[in-house]
Amino acid sequence: MQLLEGEKELILACVDEVLSNNSKNRENLIPILQKVQVRLGYLPPLAMEKIAEGIKVPPADVYGLATFYNQFRLNPPGKHQVKVCLGTACYMAGGDITLESFERRMKIKESETSPDRLYSLERVACVGCCTMAPVVVVDEEVEGKVTPTRVDGIMLALNEENDKSNLEQEPEQGRMDSDELK
Amino acid sequence: MSEYVNITIDDRQIKVRAGEKLLWAALDNDIYIPHLCAIREKERPNAGCRLCFVEIEGDTRPATSCTRTVEDGMVVRTRTPRVDRLVKTAFELILSDHNLKCRECPANRNCALQTIAKKRGIKLRQGRFKTIVREFELDESPDDFAFDRSRCVLCGQCVWADREVAKTGAIGFANRGLNRVVTTFRDRPLAESNCAKCTFYADVCPVGAFYYKKAAE
Repeated sequence: MQLLEGEKELILACVDEVLSNNSKNRENLIPILQKVQVRLGYLPPLAMEKIAEGIKVPPADVYGLATFYNQFRLNPPGKHQVKVCLGTACYMAGGDITLESFERRMKIKESETSPDRLYSLERVACVGCCTMAPVVVVDEEVEGKVTPTRVDGIMLALNEENDKSNLEQEPEQGRMDSDELK
Repeated sequence: MSEYVNITIDDRQIKVRAGEKLLWAALDNDIYIPHLCAIREKERPNAGCRLCFVEIEGDTRPATSCTRTVEDGMVVRTRTPRVDRLVKTAFELILSDHNLKCRECPANRNCALQTIAKKRGIKLRQGRFKTIVREFELDESPDDFAFDRSRCVLCGQCVWADREVAKTGAIGFANRGLNRVVTTFRDRPLAESNCAKCTFYADVCPVGAFYYKKAAE
């Protein structure tokens, strides 16, 4: 994942601050990763390397820990975050097919983010409305009974929204310029 | 406390150094106990391979011999129906996602799995568990050795050698469950990592996952 302009400095500053506020023990690795993720939204490789350096463990160990726990994400959250439920009920109702449809449509795999950072795709385990299985959470909206056809509909709506915000020519602070989105 | 203790393993009286772990006491006296992950120098054993089970008189259930310190008067059995069953199951689970193309493997005839199978009379081709074949990219980036993850049994010998012998910290475990692998930071090829290009990995690998390119030819 390409870093955005100014993101490198942001990462370095964030890691520096978190490290200086925590004792640099190996036992503190999880809390440090959590704090960095809260601020940056994800764990960029650069941050993991700097943390490893700071608490004197091999970067491979930080990577191992970050990939072991589901709560750590290695890719930045997209502008639109799609969470596909693969809890028991959703799985039985074909949640895996829904996930696959999104993967095809977004051209990314589960837990990845599209290179333009417009979309990120995650699998979750039960969002608490199994009667609507298979369930998908698009940004904050819960969508029920999501078939591959519905996936197309969701993607169409998201694309339209993106096009509209492009036309308005209002690049949000900290996001990419609109011409870079295409 | 005296320096040595007397224990009995499979009806054999042996005198071993106090504080020794049961597994090493047995192996030093030519009593075979299957093992993959045990590292003698390691203070806290991984106890991850679940192959070194033995039954100790007075214990209610079998114990992993790599974690048990010898005690004076200990009576140990390495082969009981309960032990054999546990070892067989653990072994079959390890084999269920192991690349069994032995003829193509540089460790053929020099493989810890083949030794265990032979000594315990267990077939390498198990039919009890679903076989999982995973596709991995062969990492041939280092000059002298290569890494084929499809043969890896996740014993951790290479990670230990990397940390304690080579002192590099280039490789470690990543991911979880069935996806667990030995890998470098961000899954980079070994040559791109801070791997010191030493050949410790190939030396310690009990199977054919890390192997010398020369041996494979």
